[in-house]
Amino acid sequence: MFSLANVQHRYDEVVALAIDDWSAAQGEHRLVLGPSGSGKTTLLHLLAGVLRPQSGVVKVADCDLATLSSAALDRFRGQNIGLVLQRLHLMSSLSVEKNLLLAQYCAGLPQDASHIEQLLSDLGIADRARAYPHQLSHGQAQRVAVARAVLNRPKLILADEPTSNLDDENCQQALRLLLDQADRCGATLLIATHDSRLKPHFEHHFTLPVNE
Amino acid sequence: MNLATLSFSYVRARPWNTALILLLLALGTATITMLLLASAQLHERMHRDARGIDLVVGAKGSPLQLVLSAVYHLDVPTGNIPLSEAKALQQRKPLVRHAIPLSLGDSYQGFRIVGTEHSYVTHYGGKPAQGRLWEKSMEAVLGAEVAQRTGLRLGGSFTGSHGLEEGGMHHGDHPYAIVGVLERTGTVLDRVILTSLESVWDVHAKAHVDPGEKPMPLEEEEKEITALLIQYGSPLAVLQLPRFVNIQTEMQAASPAFESARLFRLLGVGFDVVRAFAAILIVSAAISVFVALYNALRERRYDLAILRTLGASRRKLMGLIVVEGIMLSMLGSLIGIALGHVMTELLGMLLSARQQVEITGWYWVQHEWWLLVMGAAVGLAAAIVPAIFAYRTDLARTLAEG
Repeated sequence: MFSLANVQHRYDEVVALAIDDWSAAQGEHRLVLGPSGSGKTTLLHLLAGVLRPQSGVVKVADCDLATLSSAALDRFRGQNIGLVLQRLHLMSSLSVEKNLLLAQYCAGLPQDASHIEQLLSDLGIADRARAYPHQLSHGQAQRVAVARAVLNRPKLILADEPTSNLDDENCQQALRLLLDQADRCGATLLIATHDSRLKPHFEHHFTLPVNE
Repeated sequence: MNLATLSFSYVRARPWNTALILLLLALGTATITMLLLASAQLHERMHRDARGIDLVVGAKGSPLQLVLSAVYHLDVPTGNIPLSEAKALQQRKPLVRHAIPLSLGDSYQGFRIVGTEHSYVTHYGGKPAQGRLWEKSMEAVLGAEVAQRTGLRLGGSFTGSHGLEEGGMHHGDHPYAIVGVLERTGTVLDRVILTSLESVWDVHAKAHVDPGEKPMPLEEEEKEITALLIQYGSPLAVLQLPRFVNIQTEMQAASPAFESARLFRLLGVGFDVVRAFAAILIVSAAISVFVALYNALRERRYDLAILRTLGASRRKLMGLIVVEGIMLSMLGSLIGIALGHVMTELLGMLLSARQQVEITGWYWVQHEWWLLVMGAAVGLAAAIVPAIFAYRTDLARTLAEG
């Protein structure tokens, strides 16, 4: 589903990330562990096409991201990659339903209100469709953020620290939510975290070394 | 969901900010709209009232005053001229095609009583809506506006008061009989009371004698009129007639076209001041749109980054900012144009209460389209710098900060 080969990324001559060869097949899930500063975010940004690698090849869904123009990369990201960020960043001026319509609009996909309704009811928040983000509990907001990430049936879901700051119970719930939704659309899920509570739930761990 | 609905959601999320911007823009645009409407109507009105009148001949004095008093009935006359001299001028064919004598002096409730000939009515295309035109002395015909405002009717009578303002001495013993009411023409004809030249002479002749003495009509050489409206009979008249009148006679000649152009030049200074004021309002509105968008950019940098992660291109981000700027400024302009029409209508009500020039808000000029274009341009200009910032925002860094 994704592969990285000989990828290296530096900030001011300091190597932030170096990966020789790492990949995952469609539908497999991966946990990336490492303390802060180990390059987790850089890795996510490279896979999401937010950053272009300074050397090496990043492929997602058999597409070499380096071959895409800026606008094509944006569109590819919108259609194939779902991002869940630590701070959820829902659009505060839009209702839940409009936030999801926006995801379809930005990806250049047809706007399908019934699909959104279905997804929200699967997540148990159908009654919050017209609510604004500031009216939601954290758990509800996280569900909306996950809904936004899986709405366009991406091939790859990237989650950055989805469970830090959550108590054990909520941590389990958030993880279940991500795994369920990823499986439902057959997506590969990659979680980057320093939260070791997630370890038992993943077959494959990938630990990034601390950079000197 | 598209750029416009997203922009609109931002605009709606900051109601006070938005209201301030709209207010500034609307006030600026409304002021310009009012200026456009009022000056266009004034121009049109003055043009219509002076149509077909090439020259006004009257007593010496200010030429502008002569034109204002004899053509538009807005100012007091410069004085009188002897009827004999006016008649001599009238005979100068082919330079003069036709000439209409006017005799002013009295009024009724602020409306002027104009002694003249039937040709004055036909000149403005007037026809009696009721009754007929005057035939004998002391018969009067009302303009449409006069009939409506004073409540005078066909068959009724009234007495004029001396002078052109209300409250002059009454010619109580010389009532006019109303024999006709004219149709509305949209010209100065609507605002005057018409009678024969003889009526004016008779009223004033009899007023001069002592009580108890037998009234004596004026001698022919004593008769005077106030002004003569002349239409040229040949192009040569443009050169010859004004010179002849101004140099060879005790009278003066003034051109309505020239004098009203001069009047507008004088008014133009006032218009320029108002226009500059409106420009200041619009520029400050443009700055406030810029500041609002620029601040919003800082508040919304994560929002913009999220749009990118959802698949929106840099260009769409630019578009979002530009659409928001143009949406605000067009909305402000539209409100301003509507407000301008309402303000013009109110101004018109104020002026018509004083029986001055008629102005209405239900009037459209083509320049209003340019106001909309200008509104869009203001929005675009204010949005362009924030839009470029949005385009250049570093996606990875913004996300990493969040």
